Amino acid sequence: MDELSSRALALGVPLSVHLDLTYRCNERCVHCYLDHEDHGEMNTAEIKGLMDQLMDAGVFFLVFSGGEIFMRRDLYELIEYARSHMFCLKLKTNAFMIGEKEADLLAGMHLDGVQVSIYSHRPEVHDAITMLPHSLERSVAGIRRLRERGIRVIIANVLMMQNLADYAGVKALAVELGAEYTIDPTITPMISGDRSPMELGIGREELQSVFRNPELVGNVGEFCAPPPAYIGDDVLDEVPCSAGHTACYVSPYGDVYPCVQFPLPTGNVRKEKFLDIWRGSAAMNEVRSIRARDLPVCSTCSHVGTCTRCPGLAFMEGNMRGPSSADCEKSFARTGVTTAGQKLRQSGGRLVQIAGIG
Amino acid sequence: MQAAQDAPRKDGRIAHTHAGGRGRREDGGEGMGAIYVARSSEVAARMLGGEMMIMSARDSTLFSLNETASAIWQAADGRTPLSEIVERVLCAGYEVAPQEALQHAEELVRELAGRGILRISGEPIAEPAP
Repeated sequence: MDELSSRALALGVPLSVHLDLTYRCNERCVHCYLDHEDHGEMNTAEIKGLMDQLMDAGVFFLVFSGGEIFMRRDLYELIEYARSHMFCLKLKTNAFMIGEKEADLLAGMHLDGVQVSIYSHRPEVHDAITMLPHSLERSVAGIRRLRERGIRVIIANVLMMQNLADYAGVKALAVELGAEYTIDPTITPMISGDRSPMELGIGREELQSVFRNPELVGNVGEFCAPPPAYIGDDVLDEVPCSAGHTACYVSPYGDVYPCVQFPLPTGNVRKEKFLDIWRGSAAMNEVRSIRARDLPVCSTCSHVGTCTRCPGLAFMEGNMRGPSSADCEKSFARTGVTTAGQKLRQSGGRLVQIAGIG
Repeated sequence: MQAAQDAPRKDGRIAHTHAGGRGRREDGGEGMGAIYVARSSEVAARMLGGEMMIMSARDSTLFSLNETASAIWQAADGRTPLSEIVERVLCAGYEVAPQEALQHAEELVRELAGRGILRISGEPIAEPAP
């Protein structure tokens, strides 16, 4: 897959697109970053037209997400259209609305997989997060139906203080269901910039505990190894992540962003061609121009080659070239080594122009 | 015909598959009768930098077809006999002898069929992939 990404990067091809079909949802998750009102989402013809453009642009991996995608009545029509265009298609859903009929329809679509968010194996915890009674029961039933038909399912377990004690239970549930399991300790601000959901996230000690669990991270010694002492030019010349380079996000309203977690407007497919935005947007090209050496704080940090720094989270903190505090926390939790971003924050921001922080 | 250089992979890396090169048919026989080939509807595929990238839904193995193999795969509509595809896309474009080209193409399509990304039949295939 690295070879494929490298080839796409060299060719300037948007290999992956995350397309939110709707922000409407039947759940009201306490940590959700979306506004669930429909402010004029793209209709069926518009989305099909967009998929035509994405295919012509070379997009290979397509994700349908939301909101809850099953809130759209044209979902199967859109899935069928996507598969007829030979996209490698993954769905993200809460699986609440996947009954026998829906599972039968999906079974014939040859999907790459279906990702389902499960917060706990205990209904009282899961349902308290989704704010929807019986949601765990219904989601698990949906997953079972998918698995019975041989569809690959990935259970995504977002970690918060509210469900911190339950990840082992969710992992065991995934094993029982024959599903894959992935854990995510990152809570993101709302798309409006409201940072209140961040308060639900787990703290430093809890993060350290998660990162030292071999069942979750594999080789703990390797995962938590301190950053290398020497940072080479090859590291500083790397692109920070795939956002804007080989991947982007399209909202239900046609807005194009570098990533679902990077709300920097770059254009709207209702007004411009997708490829014109991808290639010509000044904002997209600015994101694309940034290398690790261009990050005034992070380029001086010993973690620069190993950090999971998210430029979108940094953008939401006010500077797409700045550190992302959530990722500074993760680097520290893994290694115990303070990051340049943390030192900067401890100093009240006065270190920003000083080179050699590390 | 050069067989696929790599066994099917489950690690997400790319298996490279080629048409052309030298080698012998495994069955040592002459070319098959009229055969029809159709792209599998179970795969994801996209042309990237002149090579067709194909992901098998069976095990998520990613295949990369070279230019000539890509041309055959794209022409595999289930209705056109392989011999006609070869004549049209290989002989015309690559200055290769028809019999040699057909032999290579037959081996290629067998290999792709074995990997689940192409269907082969002695009859036209009714519902080919788009």
